[in-house]
Amino acid sequence: MRYLPQTETDRAAMLAAVGAAGQGDLYADVPAEARIPPEAFGLPVGLGEMAVERALTALAARSHPAGAGPFFCGAGAYRHHVPASVDHLIQRSEFLTSYTPYQPEISQGTLQYLFEFQTQVALLTGMEIANASMYDGSTAAAEAVLMALRLTKRRKVLLDGALHPHYAATIATLAGRHGDIVRVRNDIAAGLDETVAAVVVQTPDVFGALRDLSLLAEAAHAKGALLIAVVTEVVSLGLIESPGAMGADIVAGEGQSLGSGLSFGGPYVGLLAAREAFVRQMPGRLVGQTVDADGARGFVLTLVAREQHIRREKATSNICTNSGLCALAFSIHLTLLGETGFARLAALNHARAVTAAERLTAIPGVGLVTPTFFNEFTLALPKPAAAAVERLAGAGILAGVPASRLFPGAVEMENRLIVAVTETVVDDDIAALEAALREALT
Amino acid sequence: MTRTDTHAGDTYSGDRGLDHEEPLIFELDHASCGVDWPESAVDGAHLGGLRRKGRIGLAGLSEPETVRHYVRLSRMNYAIDAGMYPLGSCTMKHNPRLNEKMARLAGFADVHPLAPQATVQGALAMMDRLAHWLKALTGMAAVTLSPKAGAHGELAGMLAIRAALADRGEARMRVLVPESAHGTNPATAAFAGFVVDQVPAGPDGRVDVAGLTAKLGPDVAAAMLTNPNTCGLFEKDILTISERVHAAGAYFYCDGANFNAIAGQVRPGDLGIDAMHLNLHKTFSTPHGGGGPGAGPVVLSARLAPFAPLPLLVEESGRFRLIETVAEAPAGAKPFGRMCAFHGQAGTFVRALAYLVAMGIDGVRQASADAVLAANYVQVGLSDLLHAPFAGPCMHEALFDERELRAFGIGTLDLAKALIDEGYHPMTVYFPLVVQGAMLIEPTESESRRSLDRFVAVMRALIADARAGRHERFAGAPHRAPRRRLDETQAARKPVLRWRP
Repeated sequence: MRYLPQTETDRAAMLAAVGAAGQGDLYADVPAEARIPPEAFGLPVGLGEMAVERALTALAARSHPAGAGPFFCGAGAYRHHVPASVDHLIQRSEFLTSYTPYQPEISQGTLQYLFEFQTQVALLTGMEIANASMYDGSTAAAEAVLMALRLTKRRKVLLDGALHPHYAATIATLAGRHGDIVRVRNDIAAGLDETVAAVVVQTPDVFGALRDLSLLAEAAHAKGALLIAVVTEVVSLGLIESPGAMGADIVAGEGQSLGSGLSFGGPYVGLLAAREAFVRQMPGRLVGQTVDADGARGFVLTLVAREQHIRREKATSNICTNSGLCALAFSIHLTLLGETGFARLAALNHARAVTAAERLTAIPGVGLVTPTFFNEFTLALPKPAAAAVERLAGAGILAGVPASRLFPGAVEMENRLIVAVTETVVDDDIAALEAALREALT
Repeated sequence: MTRTDTHAGDTYSGDRGLDHEEPLIFELDHASCGVDWPESAVDGAHLGGLRRKGRIGLAGLSEPETVRHYVRLSRMNYAIDAGMYPLGSCTMKHNPRLNEKMARLAGFADVHPLAPQATVQGALAMMDRLAHWLKALTGMAAVTLSPKAGAHGELAGMLAIRAALADRGEARMRVLVPESAHGTNPATAAFAGFVVDQVPAGPDGRVDVAGLTAKLGPDVAAAMLTNPNTCGLFEKDILTISERVHAAGAYFYCDGANFNAIAGQVRPGDLGIDAMHLNLHKTFSTPHGGGGPGAGPVVLSARLAPFAPLPLLVEESGRFRLIETVAEAPAGAKPFGRMCAFHGQAGTFVRALAYLVAMGIDGVRQASADAVLAANYVQVGLSDLLHAPFAGPCMHEALFDERELRAFGIGTLDLAKALIDEGYHPMTVYFPLVVQGAMLIEPTESESRRSLDRFVAVMRALIADARAGRHERFAGAPHRAPRRRLDETQAARKPVLRWRP
């Protein structure tokens, strides 16, 4: 087998050295009745590289890739152009095949890019500090809630009704035992009182609407509660005011838009940023600057006393890994963009979305539900959106995410279509969507 | 500040041959740009007055500068592709590049998690195929693919146990965890709302069966064991343990971090395990990426299967469908919740599946056997110089303590740092905690005999120096790495977690 370097001669020599007659002897501690021959697994034998490639290519061919036609899906995962150098650089062996930087002297590459990443995330979100990444946006949001519970020593957490339902469900699952998670359908500020640890609001929200957090932040702070802002489309931060500038105390984000492709939902990269005063309640890995024995600047994992391998059952979180390679992709993409490129990318996304919204709302019976938006908006159709989406998919047009997929059974969501328009969408795509939707709705 | 004035005074540049110092992107920034996006007019009509007012402060570099920055950073990292990485418990095996190529096929890489399900059948079939492999290899009834990492999978398993207990109307609170367990085990159990009760290890490095039995009772929810355990040993009484755990009405969780020692040899389901996470980035060769992304699917016994979290993947007359809400769940399914948005680390699933299809059951079985053989070969090669706390053949990891070294004034950390100068990544040190100055060596099946011989020879030479009182190699090591020992105390006392102008 090509991945295994040992020849039969090697194995024989090694077995002789360890004093075993065969490799099976080394499994003597495994109860004999539990040991089974390979045939008992009912699994196929190995294949050569060409055959593996053929088998997986055949599977992949059963999907319709986003790039194969007009594409408007978002709702927490966005299709952006990732510069070729990003994917090339993250495949450098020294990044791809290294472990967590526990030996800092030979891990400065990883540690320095994570330090740069932490700085970029803090700048983007308008917060003082950020960690070295989380699994994804939804788990980052759950960790933000847990942080707020620890910080305030209160139990109630209010989730805005326009928070991505997968995020709300993840928060309920991961933090539901630690606090009382309440989903609020209407005015979230009305629910604020002295028992509330935090309010969680997404902007742009799951429907694409921009949310002004300033007044809510003031109201929350007046009751001693924290404001957690969730951002699932980080490109918006190139055009829209940062959550930090609007008064957020903790920001949880999904960083997939920068550097990571759609990849059917993962792996992505969670962002977690906060006020510096909260650092000791921050979960996950943190990289800090220090000096080596010669006085040269270097970086290390720091404040490890918060983490599970030291604190065990008293740790701030059970989290062990982060999403290092996706954080690297994020950081490279953002370095290529810089201040100017990032602002231009954001403006381009918004301009494309405005064009699409104007064209689509010109279809009779179609209305815009979200008067403010960045690169994603929600339409009210005269018919159920799911059926329209299915029909257009049959014609090779992925029209967006029907709100009913995220809010099943909610009558008011049945006709709503969430449409994302990034820089990858061209005028012809918008024209194709408009024509097909017009036809599907008549 | 670069090393120019303090460390590498022997060159004008501060660089030395192939070793380059590299500033932060913020120090290199000159408002350049590595992409060519056009300017777009924005009238603000849809922005609700929320347009950003100030600059963000991002650093921007052109494409050649960006490439050079990251290539230079990469060269300050050790990697499995560059050398042996015998980090016990972490399983740094070869990461086949075919996996990377397959994960980038458009039918997997360029599909949206919420695209209409009829358009993503290839991605769903891929997940189903991986699920089949994982269930068949473990002999378990069900698998939840969505957990994003090992610890996340542990949590999914423990939450399934919690849900199953609630369904039985029982409020069992205590979880038995051996003191040698990975830190994530007690952290996960506590996070899931259980009370952790430590079980001491017996003198042979395995769980003390009598001690564990004595702790079982009607308030015990589960026992969490790692098998092979963190001392690199198979828990040979596992059938007795599972029988007693079940007899007490509790569930049996197994930490699958070390599954790579037994994959294709024995099925955890046949050992009475109820839940076990699988680290795709360990056993199934997906890259560690400098600390993630990993993936931690969790396999479940028939007793726990109904409580698997959302989403559920079902096949209906040749078409695959994801069930994403409780309302759509089939009869009998009682999902406990959702571990994350969407469906898990799909890109990592492709890599693991490519590995499994390439290896086949014969390859998986041979890989485990080779990993175990390699560890035993290293153990035998060093056992006359280092003290092994537990007798007998090991599984995929060779464990030593620092007793023999201490007599000569050298400790585990010294040996580890000296190994860096020799071009090796050190073994896992000071874990498991039950062994004084532990050195946990996991060579994996990816090292050739020649490579293992060389490693053993280097270790023997270093130990010989230690014994002979030649301590220069250890004092202040490493000397030849991109950095000398770093001041971690200063980093923690006054944390500097970001660049500031």
